[in-house]
Amino acid sequence: MSAIFSLIRRDLALAWRRASEIVAVLIFFVLAIVLFPLGVGPDLAVLSRIAAGTIWVAALLAAMLSLDRLFLPDHDDGSLDLLMASPLSLEAIVLAKCCAHWLVTGLPLIVCAPVLAILMNLPWEGFATLVLAMALGTPTLSLVGAIGAALTVGVRRGGTLVPLLVLPLVIPVLIFGVGAVDGAVAGASVSGQLMILAAALLVALVLAPFAAAAGLRLAAE
Amino acid sequence: MFAGLGFSLGSGEALVLRGPNGSGKSSLLRLLAGLLRREAGTLTWNGEDVDDDREAWRVVFAFAGHADAVKPLLTVRENISFWAEIAGAGTARVSDALARFAIAPLAEVPARFLSAGQRRRTGLARLVAAPRTLWLLDEPSVGLDADATESFAALMAEHRAGGGMIIAATHIELGLDDATNLVLG
Repeated sequence: MSAIFSLIRRDLALAWRRASEIVAVLIFFVLAIVLFPLGVGPDLAVLSRIAAGTIWVAALLAAMLSLDRLFLPDHDDGSLDLLMASPLSLEAIVLAKCCAHWLVTGLPLIVCAPVLAILMNLPWEGFATLVLAMALGTPTLSLVGAIGAALTVGVRRGGTLVPLLVLPLVIPVLIFGVGAVDGAVAGASVSGQLMILAAALLVALVLAPFAAAAGLRLAAE
Repeated sequence: MFAGLGFSLGSGEALVLRGPNGSGKSSLLRLLAGLLRREAGTLTWNGEDVDDDREAWRVVFAFAGHADAVKPLLTVRENISFWAEIAGAGTARVSDALARFAIAPLAEVPARFLSAGQRRRTGLARLVAAPRTLWLLDEPSVGLDADATESFAALMAEHRAGGGMIIAATHIELGLDDATNLVLG
């Protein structure tokens, strides 16, 4: 168990010392949203109508940016071989790496989202739901993303394939994430959407480590 | 890749894999480490098929492949400590490992500043930091200078004297006395 925490700690230390990668994800997220009011014009009604969708789409694409770095550095320098030959189970290794990935990308996105929501004139009623929905949705992005990252780890320039593999699988997260925020703004009950997001997270939590581990085993051969 | 291969290793023994490039020395080591699947045949440890209990098998051996698995952004000590913790050995022997490979003065230096030989020593230091019975070594001497090769030979002799086993792929003499040779290809 402590070995798993050392792996998370190492990944966090590596991310911290290569902070430019985390910052690049956040800058993409912020810029994509900042450009929207300039693109569609300053009509506040239009902005608040598209706020939830814009924030979610930008978050989804920002999360894709860092995915190809999830396993590739470890694959290239031989660390992945050693991890696979270690007493840890590969599924646990995948889970630990997803956890670290979410802490350095998903969590900062959640922290930034309310600020950007102000910029997009999201009505106040939607703020809490936006944060809650992103807290449930972004871990799913990391977990499902790990499958795509694992499948492309042995492929030359596989990084470009990752979004193509992963985005179709996470569209439900986008639809119900936006649905929850829009519902909250309209004053409707959003427990249904949030529960579906939670269910998607649980399914990903159970299945993604096995799928990604299988992908990594293939890549090692 | 290969067929009709058979060997066994007793306590304190060493096996040296020889053969031209591409003859499957590295593949055999990866196969022993469980990174490649066997199409046929069995691999047993103390009479037990290793496929029956892979977790138990993985605490028997230490694998040192081509790549050193050294992270440039971590210091030498952090790199060695990390692998010792992953192996479940704790960090008690890390200082010992640093001393054995003469990299103690570099302990707090980020690994990106190391030379190829120093990086290789950092990678090999895992063998001391997390003791294992069987060492699977793929060209361990690549990048090591004469002194380091000699002290690594002494370390291997010590390991075998303590009942350890070594399977090494190599082109040059590693200083493994009375090792069995297995010629591939």
